[in-house]
Amino acid sequence: MTINRRLFIGTAAAASATLAAPMVLADGHAEPRVVVIGGGAGGATAARYIAKDSKGAVDVTLVEPTRTYFTCFFSNLYLGGIKQMDDLGHSYGGLAAAGVNVVHDWAVDVDRDAKTVSLAGGATLGYDKLILSPGIDFVDNAVAGWDLNAQNAMPHAYKGGSQTELLKAQLMAMPEGGTFAMVAPPNPYRCPPGPYERVSMVAHYLKANNPTAKIIVADPKPKFSKMALFQEGWADHYEGMIDWIGEDFGGGNVSVDPSGMTLSIDDEETKVDVCNVIPAMKAGRIAQIAGVTDGNWAPVNAADMSTKADADVYVLGDASQQGDMPKSGFAANSQAKVCANAVRGALTGSKVFPAKFANTCWSLIDTNDGVKVGATYEATDEKIAKVDGFISTTGESAEVRQTTYEESEGWYAGITADMFGAKV
Amino acid sequence: MKSIKWFSLSVAVSVFVTGAAAEVVGDPERGQQVYKKCASCHMVGPEARNRVGPVLNNILSARAAGVPEFKYSEAIKEAAQDGLHWTAETLDAFLQDPKQMVPRTKMSFRGLKSEEDRIDVIAYLASFSGGAMAAQVDEGFVISADILAIEGDVEYGEYLSSECTTCHQESGSDDGIPAIVGWETDDFVTAMHAYKQKNREHPVMQMVTSRLSNEEIAALAAYFKSLEN
Ligand SMILES: Cc1cc2nc3c(=O)[nH]c(=O)nc-3n(C[C@H](O)[C@H](O)[C@H](O)COP(=O)(O)OP(=O)(O)OC[C@H]3O[C@@H](n4cnc5c(N)ncnc54)[C@H](O)[C@@H]3O)c2cc1C
Repeated sequence: MTINRRLFIGTAAAASATLAAPMVLADGHAEPRVVVIGGGAGGATAARYIAKDSKGAVDVTLVEPTRTYFTCFFSNLYLGGIKQMDDLGHSYGGLAAAGVNVVHDWAVDVDRDAKTVSLAGGATLGYDKLILSPGIDFVDNAVAGWDLNAQNAMPHAYKGGSQTELLKAQLMAMPEGGTFAMVAPPNPYRCPPGPYERVSMVAHYLKANNPTAKIIVADPKPKFSKMALFQEGWADHYEGMIDWIGEDFGGGNVSVDPSGMTLSIDDEETKVDVCNVIPAMKAGRIAQIAGVTDGNWAPVNAADMSTKADADVYVLGDASQQGDMPKSGFAANSQAKVCANAVRGALTGSKVFPAKFANTCWSLIDTNDGVKVGATYEATDEKIAKVDGFISTTGESAEVRQTTYEESEGWYAGITADMFGAKV
Repeated sequence: MKSIKWFSLSVAVSVFVTGAAAEVVGDPERGQQVYKKCASCHMVGPEARNRVGPVLNNILSARAAGVPEFKYSEAIKEAAQDGLHWTAETLDAFLQDPKQMVPRTKMSFRGLKSEEDRIDVIAYLASFSGGAMAAQVDEGFVISADILAIEGDVEYGEYLSSECTTCHQESGSDDGIPAIVGWETDDFVTAMHAYKQKNREHPVMQMVTSRLSNEEIAALAAYFKSLEN
């Protein structure tokens, strides 16, 4: 075997590219098989990259129940009226074109000894490598008075699609001068700036359509992502509209009554018109069923996203417990590419390059007022560890903020093309 | 306004022009000569700082009086509050006679009487505005021949590129983030090293390039060049 010489004159990182001996397949089937559960930011990317880069040498099946994936990213902009629901929907046609076998079904069980996945429709899929990227589910009894049966009265809108539409409909139906309440989640949760971008976009909508309305946020945390930037923006754009009640003021001591539409904060009950309850989160249920979780999340090895529990099962994105990366679409996409490279190497003997991860999260405060936070990461023995980072600063010019927003639109087009293949 | 085509910029590796800047027609090279009249007070380019006058990067389509930490006159701040934005048209009017357009501006400059001078200097400024900044490096910024000579490993570049394609589209589409497909490798390498050495502004790009080795940059350049067509 020959390895390009240039790799060795470079950095230690490049020099450590390794060639794995291809995995020996259990029952002697011809092509190695990868099953990916969940066609979101992590799963769609991993499936596409393995299929594309192995050029048919690996049999890739993606299991995903929905036919159209509605992104959570930019869903707050839909609430604000800046994006339409259609802008957020993506189909799986591009993945099929890349050679991925897309199966629209739920995975209901994983047998790690037999290396099979059972689907709700009755089929069983065998795998050599299994990749789980099921996103999040909610921790039971996390908010007193709320459970999944209450999600129509008090939506979470923390999974894409219908929940987002429901919350928007309730926002639009608010009486003049009404109250929009949010129960924010405790750490760790999907998209750290997400709830606060949502508050900004709800305020943006109300300022134009219902300017005497109020927003209350009950938060179990003493501080939150990009807090200084959001608070500056709220004071500048939505003065007097938003009341954020943090942990120090009882924001963590809440209960709700979905039938009476009330919210109690520190035993003080308020009647509200909309109540967006975002409960504590855990890995999507199938990760737990597969037996790769420890507590709420699935611990993984940083070098390739394989689980600590099983070297042939990988967990990507929000469901994983990997170290320093936030739970974001950008991060899930970044992890998926590291994982795809490692899985393909293990199955076909292709080169495996060292893991590198990155993340940037943009948030929109008001029209053309965008901010961002980002970092780079590397794999250490213990975790994905942060290397370097940056954050937008308060007092930036309108023009910098506008450029930041325009960049986020570019990112959205970029990441969705990276997940699903270029739009044709 | 007269219509002169874009000339290639001596300082630019390649030029992307978006938004307001795209409407500007003029000769930026000639504009650079005209700009000498402005240069005693204003800086423009990657290392520009506020001096007697504010930095002029990204001036096109910017709100007037928008540069952070610069002490503007009340007059121009009021104009900004009334909605003054710098477009080719408003800059043209301002540069013709600053005190007529904004009485009591601090800018003590007689104005540029020649329309050609104004159009060309605006074209020059446009090259430091919006997307045009994307591919630019400082005039004095050079990369050693050794680094430019490194032959990139396309396969390694393809793996590394996955970090880029989260934002920059492989298809070469540009929706707010510049396209990086099909660049000449020297331009690509120069631009990346400029970020790495903080000669070009952009926090994400500076962060991403800070951990790329010379070989990795060469590999990326080779890969993205190979994606052409
Ligand atoms: C309001 C909001 C705003 C956000 N904004 C941003 C942002 O600006 N930038 C950013 O980077 N991130 C953002 N995020 C976070 C981002 O959406 C998530 O981090 C990202 O989607 C995680 O990817 P994932 O692959 O882990 O899960 P997901 O993208 O949620 O994908 C999981 C998929 O798995 C499927 N699935 C689940 N269980 C099964 C099963 N048993 N069988 C088959 N399929 C299954 C689901 O249908 C789903 O399609 C935001 C999130 C929210 C809620």
